[in-house]
Formats: sequence, C-alpha cells, structure tokens
Amino acid sequence: MHEMSLMESVLEIVEEEAKKAGATKVKAVRLDIGELSHVEPEAMRFCFDAVVRGSIAAEAVLEIVRVPGQGWCMDCCETVALAERFGACPKCGNHRVQMTSGDDMRVAELEVE
Amino acid sequence: MCTVCGCGQATVEGQKVGAHDHHHDHHHHDHGHGHTHDHDHVHDHDHAHPHDHDHVHAHSHEHDHGDGHVHSHDHVHGHEHGHAHAHAHGHAHVHTHDHDHSHDHGHDHDHVHGPGCGHDHDHGHDHDHDHGHVVRSADAIDYGAGLAGVHVPGLPQERIVKIERDILGKNDGLARSNRRRLAEKGVFALNLVSSPGSGKTTLLVKAISDLKEKHAIAVVEGDQQTSNDAERIRATGVRAIQVNTGKGCHLDASMVGHALDDLDLPQNSILFIENVGNLVCPAAFDLGEAHKVVVLSVTEGEDKPLKYPDMFAAADLMLLNKADLLPHLDFDVEACIANALKVNPRLQVMTVSARSGEGMAVFYAWIAARAALAARPAN
Repeated sequence: MHEMSLMESVLEIVEEEAKKAGATKVKAVRLDIGELSHVEPEAMRFCFDAVVRGSIAAEAVLEIVRVPGQGWCMDCCETVALAERFGACPKCGNHRVQMTSGDDMRVAELEVE
Repeated sequence: MCTVCGCGQATVEGQKVGAHDHHHDHHHHDHGHGHTHDHDHVHDHDHAHPHDHDHVHAHSHEHDHGDGHVHSHDHVHGHEHGHAHAHAHGHAHVHTHDHDHSHDHGHDHDHVHGPGCGHDHDHGHDHDHDHGHVVRSADAIDYGAGLAGVHVPGLPQERIVKIERDILGKNDGLARSNRRRLAEKGVFALNLVSSPGSGKTTLLVKAISDLKEKHAIAVVEGDQQTSNDAERIRATGVRAIQVNTGKGCHLDASMVGHALDDLDLPQNSILFIENVGNLVCPAAFDLGEAHKVVVLSVTEGEDKPLKYPDMFAAADLMLLNKADLLPHLDFDVEACIANALKVNPRLQVMTVSARSGEGMAVFYAWIAARAALAARPAN
C-alpha cells in the first residue's frame, strides 16, 4: 500500500507550496502520473481522501493526468508507444525497448485561493 | 512521523522515531544545487511548459526549543522555474509567467543502441523563453495572480500554482544523503528485496557466517512487526538494527538514515539491508544502497518476474534461492531466468541454496569484488 506513503508525500508538498503561495485553501491538486509508473491511480484517490482530512487541502479535488508511456526501440531505432513498462515494441514485437517516458510521478499544480 | 512512509508508526530499534530527539536529517550541509535534469527526448510542448528542472536544495537546520527537545529538519526544495498560471473561471487562462531563463543543458541518454543504429543523442537544447501569453476564451481576464501571490482586488482569487515536484523527491534526497554517508566510509550496501518467505534471512545468516571473518558486516532488518529477524542475525555475532515499519509496506530512506545513525558502521564494511517482504512497494524507494538484490525462491512461480516486473527491473542481481529443492519441484529454472531477463536484460542471476551452500561462493565473489571497489582508505 505504498500509495498511502506517496499521498502523504503529496500532501506534504501541497502544504508547503500552498503556504509559500500564501493560500488559505487548496481547491484542486493536479498530479502527473505516468501510465508506466509504480502506482495505481484509483488507490491514490482513495488514499488522497484519507490523508487530506483536516488539512488545507481537505476539500480539494484530485485530478490525475496520465502521462503516456514511450520507449526507445533499439531495433526500430525510434521512439515508440509503450503500453507496459517492459512491453514489446508495437512495430517489431521485440522486447528491446528502453522506457523513456511514462514513469513520472509529480505534483504538477495546485489551484488555491 | 515519518514523512515518506505514511504509517507514522515506524520505529527504529532503540529509538522512537516519533519522539523529538531524533535527527530528521542526514545531510552534510550541501548547498550545492543538485540539478536533476530529467529529459525525455520527446518534448511535448503544450502551453504549460512542464520543464523538469529540479533544483534540489538540500539544507538542514536544527531547532533547540530550550525545553529539552531538539529536532532538526531537512528541507529538500524542488524549485521550478516560476510559472504561475492565473486562472479565472470560465477557463480564461492567463499565463502571467514571463520567465526569462535560458538553460543550456546538454543531457546524456544512457540508451543502449542496437546494432546498426549509429545514432547520437546529443540534445543540447537552449531555451530562451520570454513569453507572457494570454489566452482568452471567456470574459474573465486575470493578470494579477502569480506565484508570488500578488492579488489584484476585484479579481477572482483562485490561482493555479505550478509545482512540478517529484512525489518521491524527498525520499530520493534522503537516499542521496545516505549514499554519500556510506561512500564516505567506504561501505558497500545491498538492499535485499523479495516476497515474504523467499529465505532472505536464512540467506543472510548463511552469508554473514561465511563472510564475517573477512569483512566487517552490519545489518538493517525491516519488518512490520517483531525483532525476530534481527535476533537471528545477532546470533551470528554481527550488529543488527531492527526497523519496524508499523503499517508501512517498505523501508524508506529516512528509516535507513536513522538506522545508520545508530549503527556507526565501521570503515569499509558491508551493510545488508533486508527490506520488508513485499515484491511491489520497495521497488520505488531508493534507500541509498549500491544495488538492490532480489531473492526469488524456486518454490514460487517461474512467472514472478513477469507478475512483479518493477522489482526485477529495479534489481541488479537476482538470487534464485532454495535450489536444493529443485529435484522435488517442477520449477523451470531456464524459463524463470528468461522471464527475469525480459523485464531487465541487465539483470545478473545466480542460482543458490542458502541451506546447502550451493552457489553461494559465486555470490560472495560478487560481493567481494564490489566491496573492494567501494572501499576507501581510512582517514
């Protein structure tokens, strides 16, 4: 259940940044979560509701933006879409694809007032 | 409370992590800007300009409250170039950022290129932004709100604050600090990960018994509850610290940092960190180790690497344990290794039995070679 730990970190970042921005309330939190990252967005939502209780982000809406997976296929010599972290190249079918994007886990922005 | 792990109940044996007398920090005041450029080589430039420049400032300071409790904090700030979108209702996006930065980053890609694609990634791209673009799609325009929190009376107060901070940034910062502490002492640290019951502790006990004459060894044991494993390790005569994660499913860099405070590792020693038995979560958490070693026992399925690819991808070495049981099982060693290599072509694999000792010498040689490289002359 490391989503819980991750959301604790998210809340910490949110609280810090909201304070920095002089906000009194956080209305929305946007996360960029890669499709190939280690986490399950549904679990993150569940944990978010649990961790924000009583915080400046208690009423915040959680928006999760999925960042598509991409990799470099060593055989095709080009960037290809990657559906699984260690998936095959959709063009040649080989597994010699090195992930180049899609494992992001970032707090992208906040909507505050 | 441990801020990376959500459990809030982690205890390092001999200290209460929740109490105020611990150091929440393992930084050796390093104000250097660790720039972590995290570039994908495909840039999707939308109007949000998500530049991934993490200027990670790690600094620490101590508070003395005068009433006996001293605590120190560490702050790992990920600075982003100050983009702030002013945002009024009706989706009137007014981007008031006029960031005027020019970065000049040459970044390296560590791609392995297949034969025949002689292809150089040498993206040194220079940005020179100076845009204050205004998007109007409704009748509200807001120039007033920026990152600085300037509010123009009469305009809506909702603001978008761009952050772009890695969720694992804090853990990664602490892991870097652990790694630096270990390097300063020439310590070679391994993070052992596996599902529960793969025989990690038995394997450790065996390895320690065989290696302790030649190397100074210490162990950090991670489990949700009990100090049973630390006691098994201590029976071999080496130092062990039990970290109980409470509700947590993994060790994090902060917990290991606390354990390092207590262990006072000898120069050029070997540190084994036995993670919580869990093939999922520990993959994401860097502890500052030199290598993750994944232990898989032959009583598990050959397809474990495919079912739990993150862990096998994060590891540098796989120990296929309980090989002494192979005659009694249908386990297909070749298929298992092929599956593991599918998720991590660079993974090294050794078939071992902690019980019979089979294959362990190869593991010891692997450790000795790397520990020798990590070692540093004593000051």
